[in-house]
Amino acid sequence: MSRTLLRVEDLKVDFHVPGGVVSAVRGVSFRVKAGSTVALVGESGSGKSVAAQSILRILPRSAAITGGRILFDPQAADGDPVNGDAINGNGANGNGGLIDIAGLKADGTTMRALRGGQISIIFQEPMTSLSPLHTIGDQVGEAVQLHQRVTAKQARALAEDMLRRVRFPDPRRALDTYPFELSGGLRQRAMIAMALVCRPALLIADEPTTALDVTIQAQILKLIKDLQADLGMAVLLITHDLGVVANLAEEVVVMHRGRVMESGTREDIFADPRHPYLKALLNAVPRFDMAPGERLVPIRSITSTGGSLLEKDHQPWSPTADEAGPLLAVDGICKRYGARKAGWFGAKAGAGTLAVDDVSFSIKRGECVGLVGESGCGKTTLSKILMRALTPDHGTVRFNDHGRIVDVLGLEGDALTAFRRKVQFVFQDPYGSLNPRMPVFDIIAEPLVIHGIGDEAERKARVKELMGLVGLDVRHLRRYPHSFSGGQRQRIGIARALALRPELLLLDEPVSALDVSIQAQVLNLLKDLKERLGLTYLFVSHNLAVVDYMADRILVMCRGRIVESAPREALFRNPVHPYTRALLAAVPEPDPSRPLSLTDLEEGRASDPARWPAPFTIDEAHQPHLVDLGNGHCVRAEASVRVKEVA
Amino acid sequence: MLGYVTRRILIMIPTLLAISAITFVIIQLPPGDYLTSMVNEMQSRGESMDQGRLAMLRETYGLDRPMIEQYALWLAGMLRGDFGYSFEYNMPVSDVVGDRLVLTVVISVATIIFIWGVSFPIGIYSATHQYSLGDYTLTLLGFLGLAVPNFLLALVLLYLANVWFGTSIGGLMDPRFLGQPWSVPKAMSVLEHMWIPVMVIGTAGTAAMIRRLRANLLDELHKPYVVTARAKGLPPGRALWKYPLRVALNPFISDIGNLLPQIVSGAAVVSVVMSLPTTGPMLLQALRSQDMYLAGSFLMFLAVLTVVGVFLSDLALAALDPRIRLGGGSRR
Repeated sequence: MSRTLLRVEDLKVDFHVPGGVVSAVRGVSFRVKAGSTVALVGESGSGKSVAAQSILRILPRSAAITGGRILFDPQAADGDPVNGDAINGNGANGNGGLIDIAGLKADGTTMRALRGGQISIIFQEPMTSLSPLHTIGDQVGEAVQLHQRVTAKQARALAEDMLRRVRFPDPRRALDTYPFELSGGLRQRAMIAMALVCRPALLIADEPTTALDVTIQAQILKLIKDLQADLGMAVLLITHDLGVVANLAEEVVVMHRGRVMESGTREDIFADPRHPYLKALLNAVPRFDMAPGERLVPIRSITSTGGSLLEKDHQPWSPTADEAGPLLAVDGICKRYGARKAGWFGAKAGAGTLAVDDVSFSIKRGECVGLVGESGCGKTTLSKILMRALTPDHGTVRFNDHGRIVDVLGLEGDALTAFRRKVQFVFQDPYGSLNPRMPVFDIIAEPLVIHGIGDEAERKARVKELMGLVGLDVRHLRRYPHSFSGGQRQRIGIARALALRPELLLLDEPVSALDVSIQAQVLNLLKDLKERLGLTYLFVSHNLAVVDYMADRILVMCRGRIVESAPREALFRNPVHPYTRALLAAVPEPDPSRPLSLTDLEEGRASDPARWPAPFTIDEAHQPHLVDLGNGHCVRAEASVRVKEVA
Repeated sequence: MLGYVTRRILIMIPTLLAISAITFVIIQLPPGDYLTSMVNEMQSRGESMDQGRLAMLRETYGLDRPMIEQYALWLAGMLRGDFGYSFEYNMPVSDVVGDRLVLTVVISVATIIFIWGVSFPIGIYSATHQYSLGDYTLTLLGFLGLAVPNFLLALVLLYLANVWFGTSIGGLMDPRFLGQPWSVPKAMSVLEHMWIPVMVIGTAGTAAMIRRLRANLLDELHKPYVVTARAKGLPPGRALWKYPLRVALNPFISDIGNLLPQIVSGAAVVSVVMSLPTTGPMLLQALRSQDMYLAGSFLMFLAVLTVVGVFLSDLALAALDPRIRLGGGSRR
């Protein structure tokens, strides 16, 4: 079983771009033994995905393999009985020897037979990686028909069998569904089914769980692990998440700028990281066991300068102003979506979904409140309501403007425009949130223009200061967003949000699109800015470790409701609600000695309020409210003695 | 799905009603009516008209009644298939239009087929061979087609066809078939003449379509699902046909509704230059002389074409794209 299945030797890949040649992979060597799991770890741009695409020869047209060999041994996996048929049915190469993939024609018959037949791949984005116009059955069955001599009916049966193996709840029905009808987790399962239906000897998993929620991620990781044992395949895992690596991989190859920095077994790598890059990478990830006050160490740190101009016309808070109440008080917010207005001949309006259900909380001035929950839990809807981008069905939002209480939802006209200066928003996607046709100067100056602040010279000075504040070079003000990296763009977004010197920043997943090292950089920047300018944050994220690092108080949200709220230490030391516990259990930690307890994760149960145990159950009969456990720790449960017991 | 179709058909009724009302009002907007423009013309020739006869004509055609009544009469007539009376031709509108409408439809359909037939392979080639010599050449040709004025192209092609093939200048058939009943040689003559207007009317549309297909397909070719298809081991040709091309088709189909009236009305100038017996020139003349029922019928014809075209393209889209068929706004 320990024969080498794939050996990459001194692989070099160049990209031909306008203005020259970029070497993405510069002499990478590693090997994958049959049946084992190897992780390629690195930041984006490290060449790990390009290396994987080279193995399948599906590089973009501008890229070419310029050196090295990729040796694949089709016989290596033959020890495994399940594999026999698939390989011999439409064998790629009958001579039994090694195949040098780098020497094959990219679209030749041999390569095509290997692709999908013996080596297959799953991608990060399960939505865009599946065709939106074809059914799951069609797409999975097609893979079978390409590599095995079967009828359409047999292919369908095989596809159904594979969907059952990846735990589709109703595989027969799933055959005729379209990707957009499935949840993110199920889409990724369909993708896995498509990759595995021909029983490949090697599965390349390119960031397979990056786009998924933690609980779903844990399920998919468990699935890959189970299927690997089941089908006896090798897995080449490509990821930037060291937590995933610690849980899945046997061997680790760390890549940086197209080269291998360090490689070895998982235990060696995590116990004794030798290369400074790997050490730095490990230090940049937020962990739950960080000492109070401990800072992340970004690989490249940034320095933030200036701030005096911004403070110049900022009215200081009088000591009595805070007595009027918290900076933001949210009370009983409800928002229902999807109840489509029936048109003239329109269909009957449905009940719609309750995106936000009776949410109440408050944010004190100078505090950072974390809002945690999985996608679809209503956290983004809530943050949009707070900035008046959406109107809730019920509830009130009150803002303390220097001691004057403002009813946010009742604001109109000039009062609303004035309020906009107090609350600003930082978006998740640093690519979509900046206008690609505006230079950075215009982007950052736009809020000033809208609110008529300063003349041209004043604005120029302010924008320059903002650039310094987020650690960007003022000489780049005439550049367009596309010439900045993701982290830099996010900093531009932050600079734009700070331009009006707001009191409250709503940060909607500000680092979830960034690499770990960049993430640390931006998180530290946000921390510093908060301290320096006395800002207040509402930090929305699905990443518990990140929220743990940033927030003073944490709200946990599920299905539109806040199920638990507590000061940071209390929540992580003593999570009471089953959903919070499930979330915490699902976070993979970059420490092999603390693996995920994958068996604990029951499929989808953790986020179904009706299946939470008493006294937490929420259904027709039970509508529990938040119960105070003392010290600001609240949990949504039936007010009974038992809660206190659990706590 | 059935509910959707009925709903759409039902919604077409108020849409068409609104269009008819607007059309009627716009036609009536210029001061005077057909009779005043006729009197003016006669006066300029030094003739005069008996006032009594004028009043009688006014009454027979209902021109003295309030606009709303005239509109109601016109609308009621159309529902019975009576499109009114053309003052200029002294014939019922349906008799004036009949043959022209058929020829217009024939030319329009041929043009659409031409546009699709030419732009499809070129667009696909241009997208899959982006920035190659072939792409640049075809792109250049496309831009030429877009930029050259139609009437100029029409004149050049007429000249060439006459010199090379001896085709008679102008018209849609050889002069000797005019007024003859339909026969095989007459149809052949129509075919022989038709390619020039089809090409002339179609070039601009073709060029635009090539650009759009190229852009759409280029967007799709970089989507991850295309990589997935290749990673499955699909041969490149099939990976292109089955996945990105199908997605790139959407804008094409949603465009049918716009394409039809555009071709019908956009061809007016070409028709004048080539003296084609199509509806375009007639509509122009009818609008100028305030021949209101004729003009109104033409405009209604265009409106129906648009509304039905959009309806058909929506149906085709729903049939082709499950996201539209099943999504129904339920996506997040």
